[in-house]
Amino acid sequence: MGIGTLVAMLAAALAVIGVLATQQAYSLFLPGLLQGAVLTIEIAILGSLLAVIMGVLAALARLYGPAPLRWLATVYVEIFRGTSALVQLFWLFFVLPQFGVTLNAFLVAVVALGLNVGAYGSEVVRGAILSVARGQWEACTALNMSRAQMLRRVILPQAVVAMIPPWGNLFIELLKSTSLVSLITLADLAFKAQQMNQNTFKTIPIFTLVLLMYLVMSLVLTIGMRLLERRASAGLARGKAA
Amino acid sequence: MIWDWSFTLEILPVLAHAAIVSVEATLIGFVLAATLGLVLAVVRIAVPWTGWTISVLVELIRSTPLLIQIFFIYFVFPKFGLVLDAFTAGVLAIGIHYAAYCSEVYRAGFDNIHRGQWEASIALNLSAWTTFRDIIIPQAIPPIVPALGNYLVALFKETPLLSAIAVMELMQTAKIIGSDTFRYTEPITLVGLFFLAMSLVSAALIRALERLLNRRTMR
Repeated sequence: MGIGTLVAMLAAALAVIGVLATQQAYSLFLPGLLQGAVLTIEIAILGSLLAVIMGVLAALARLYGPAPLRWLATVYVEIFRGTSALVQLFWLFFVLPQFGVTLNAFLVAVVALGLNVGAYGSEVVRGAILSVARGQWEACTALNMSRAQMLRRVILPQAVVAMIPPWGNLFIELLKSTSLVSLITLADLAFKAQQMNQNTFKTIPIFTLVLLMYLVMSLVLTIGMRLLERRASAGLARGKAA
Repeated sequence: MIWDWSFTLEILPVLAHAAIVSVEATLIGFVLAATLGLVLAVVRIAVPWTGWTISVLVELIRSTPLLIQIFFIYFVFPKFGLVLDAFTAGVLAIGIHYAAYCSEVYRAGFDNIHRGQWEASIALNLSAWTTFRDIIIPQAIPPIVPALGNYLVALFKETPLLSAIAVMELMQTAKIIGSDTFRYTEPITLVGLFFLAMSLVSAALIRALERLLNRRTMR
């Protein structure tokens, strides 16, 4: 789908929210839902940061780490990709305290979602690093670069461009997964919706608004990643032409 | 003692029973997703003017959380007179959500069919229905089976969301055991291990299938 269509969808979604906000049946719920949306965004941003850090660390450990580190990274990736995000969330929330580690719900949310998406991300990072052309690696060796220099100056700058679209998809997945934190008592957008629904039974306005608000957040993220992708690959195209 | 083995043995049959519900939800959900996804992908090609509408629909479904879609079907549909029990509503939501993802996979499969195949079908005066059934689908589906398999595994890992509308699947059962006995360690860890085992086995199966399909297309 082209970026123009996405922007049009975003404008349409915002317009619908704007029109609905003029009606009392809908505007009643907006402040509470917006409050929830703020928490959703906070968790999404912190979770994404953790996911990127974990993704890069796990990928580098699997590619270049010594055997125990490589093994550890593989176990991490398999466990977090092999079990459900909700199970991980519940495990950190209910079971970890039994081992004497009690995190508050917010921290559990960020850690669980960050580790979950980071495990998928590590495969993205690994694939992107391995996709850099062979000649680039050979040239680095020929120039007598150390491995750290090679990665930092030649390989990663090229790999990052290839990583942007799949990371964009993962960030969307993470944003959508934040709705799960409502099940561990965090008052995010999904939680507010459930709570208001139970109190007022005004199901249609509440869930319509919530769907639209998630849509707006996803679209903003998608459009942002597309622009970033365009910027990053534009640089690459110039480099090739020169 | 952090891990109690006798308690583990006690709850194992209860969880095994709940696992059947999870697997049922997965299979029914996936059949729904695979069928509906195929319909979306075929309609998009067969009826060109629907292309834009279907793209927007797919984008809408993929941009909003499954959990909210489950709530939407479970809580909002009854307002329009369609009352569904929790299991049906949940499976329907999962099926529709993954149909959006599957339709993109089918689309990629159709895009990979050589132009000449479509043109030859037109030259032979085959109807759109025959073209899809006898020419396009038999060629398009095998290469995308592994991709569909990945979505089957992903869908399976989403079934714990059904616990949010109190379907008695694995997660809900584990939570109930936890709140009854104040022991969360064993039930939730077992659920995690169950998912891990199923995912690793499915991943191995998909890899084997991929190898098999590659070998067949190489010949």
